[in-house]
Amino acid sequence: MKDSGTDSLSEKTGIVQFIAPDGSATGPSFDVSFGIDASHLDRILNSFLSNEEFIPYSFYIQNEEITDSIAATLSQRPQVSTETTIKIDYHPQSQYIVRPVSRCQGSLIGHQESVLGVAFSPDGTGFASCSGDKTLRLWDLTTQTPFKTCEGHNNWVLCLSWSPDGQKIATGDLSGFVFVWNPSNGKPVCKALKLHSKWITSLCWEPLHFNANAERFASGSKDCSIRIWNCRTGSCEQTFTVHTKGITCVKWGGEGFLYSASQDTSIKVWDVSSGALVYSLDGHGHWVNTMALSTEYALRVGSFSFESPSSIEPSYRDRLQQKALENYKRISLGREERLVSGSDDFTLFLWMPKSGNKPIARMVGHQQLVNMVCFSPNQQFIASASFDRSIRIWNGLTGAFICVLRGHVSCVYQICWSPDSRLLVSGSKDSTLKLWDISKRQLRLNLPGHADEVFSVDWSPDGSKVASGSKDRTVKIWHH
Amino acid sequence: MPQGDYIEEHIKEHGHRLDHFERLRKKEAREPHKKSQIVKRTRGMKAKLLNKQNFVDKVQQRKKIAALSQKKVDRRMEQPLVEGSVPPYLLDRQAASSAKVLSNTIKEKRKEKAGKWEVPLPKVRPVADEETFKVIYTGKRKKKQWKRMVTKVTFVGDGFTRKPPKYERFIRPMGLRFKKAHVTHPELKATFCLDIIGVKKNPQSSLYSSLGVITKGTIIEVNVSEFGLVTNTGKVVWGKYAQVTNNPENDGCINAVLLV
Repeated sequence: MKDSGTDSLSEKTGIVQFIAPDGSATGPSFDVSFGIDASHLDRILNSFLSNEEFIPYSFYIQNEEITDSIAATLSQRPQVSTETTIKIDYHPQSQYIVRPVSRCQGSLIGHQESVLGVAFSPDGTGFASCSGDKTLRLWDLTTQTPFKTCEGHNNWVLCLSWSPDGQKIATGDLSGFVFVWNPSNGKPVCKALKLHSKWITSLCWEPLHFNANAERFASGSKDCSIRIWNCRTGSCEQTFTVHTKGITCVKWGGEGFLYSASQDTSIKVWDVSSGALVYSLDGHGHWVNTMALSTEYALRVGSFSFESPSSIEPSYRDRLQQKALENYKRISLGREERLVSGSDDFTLFLWMPKSGNKPIARMVGHQQLVNMVCFSPNQQFIASASFDRSIRIWNGLTGAFICVLRGHVSCVYQICWSPDSRLLVSGSKDSTLKLWDISKRQLRLNLPGHADEVFSVDWSPDGSKVASGSKDRTVKIWHH
Repeated sequence: MPQGDYIEEHIKEHGHRLDHFERLRKKEAREPHKKSQIVKRTRGMKAKLLNKQNFVDKVQQRKKIAALSQKKVDRRMEQPLVEGSVPPYLLDRQAASSAKVLSNTIKEKRKEKAGKWEVPLPKVRPVADEETFKVIYTGKRKKKQWKRMVTKVTFVGDGFTRKPPKYERFIRPMGLRFKKAHVTHPELKATFCLDIIGVKKNPQSSLYSSLGVITKGTIIEVNVSEFGLVTNTGKVVWGKYAQVTNNPENDGCINAVLLV
């Protein structure tokens, strides 16, 4: 019945109009046969936009993706009238495709305690892991052997963060110390930074396009304060102490703002240059656990780019900065920075901090606390991981619910997008990693191997590898 | 031999003599002189031992002085390493996650292969067959003696159907059939009422295991799916072994301790 309906539809024609991600119309509305598929639409749109290079797009009619022909999608959405102009939303896709990871390439053994954090360098060549055994370990990814062990902390090393130029790593520990390391020789860059009185929860570097030297970073701590450090001088430049409970997450946005989420249920927006509190984003009813920025991928990779790889000598600071700004503009698509926050009250909020302290959307659906949220690198989706064992995918622009990914049998701790935004990897308490296909909205692959809870997951920014750190004291590298 | 605390009693009643503390101070002050006299006078092996003792004392003293005179250091630097590190997002959730248990199925499998468990009750009192099986006299003249009734607690699976009475050698009375056990988790120190899945092994004999007889020391398999344990492939563990710690036939309930 349906097939015959599709067949009869595909012989018909109708008027369609392309709608850009920001809601404006692109090109004229035109008459097409409903039998054509997404690849035809791709070609039409590319000629409308007169792109020099062919860019793939994904097309949606009322949030239903066109995978086969327009007729097939219309038969899924019978409420769409074929008599009026049909609006087709399009989203640009990345030109390169990340191959899905499928196997464990190696286990990096060496840590004496649970691995609490793993991170690839912005260019994807370096790799570091921090652990409860008080060390940061640097690994050689090509041979998968230990490269350096950085000792200096006196307690569990809780978090680590690579500077956007890939020349430094900041680490924070349970007793409140912050260290900055040089990944090329494993030596500390400056003396231990000890002003926090409780553990460090989050570290974030200044975007490269503000400061070409990449020497400033922010740290959030359980002692309710946020500090901005300069690792060249080894001093604390600014301290923000307005929060009344521990800080859970700090993000340094690409527009000069610093965002801090706290257990006192608020998110504060700070202007770093003046040190003033710009907004307080209130709305959550319980601890705010996590935040994500729409531009996070651009801020992370800094001057590195995988669509046109060209290595710039790190000493040419101004060129680095220029490239980083170019990258930021390209990846952010000129859109205003959005912030999504996840909380213990099981909800997420989508904010646009530059234009006010009113949320765009309140996203409900999770049945347990939200532990991590993540924007896809192309800003089209938001993924949220929750202790209710599910991952939910939301529209990155409007915050509308798209789908729920179920499969884990225990709390989902961490998630990470692939750089092409087509895949998502999640690490869970049930000791597995799972790879999700976003276009099909289903589990792509199950990656068992760890003997205990997976605490941290990271997808290398060049898309080639996934790393996971677990309570079983190993780091595993996953490869396609 | 001291005959009581009469000295203490006296001091309590009358106090010290007036120059007690003065005398005590002087005695302590004379101590080094006295010691040196002894050191001077001792010879041979005793001198060696004494010297060694003095040396050790001196070292201790020096160490103590060094420790006292050390500058005040950042106390955070000396925190001992605590096991069980967790990422920052779980630090405030310790209370909730302490109820979690390690799933060490690998260990359990290895033990199973060896056919032995390290169990809380390694030895059990042997139970005679006569005690467990009551002879039932059958036949028209009640002279046949091949039928037995189990007088201990048994576990009978859901799918079990009795054989026709003519062929039924062992009768397991309904009143002594159990489906649930009170299982204590040794690490959590908590007890749960769990479904029994099967009788893994009765140490008395294999016949008892196959009949599902539960006596003290029997290893039973219980349904632990509500604990939320997972294997390393990410599947939920639902069966785990437990050892019976009481005499169910006397108590009317089964108490067991989980083997982890």
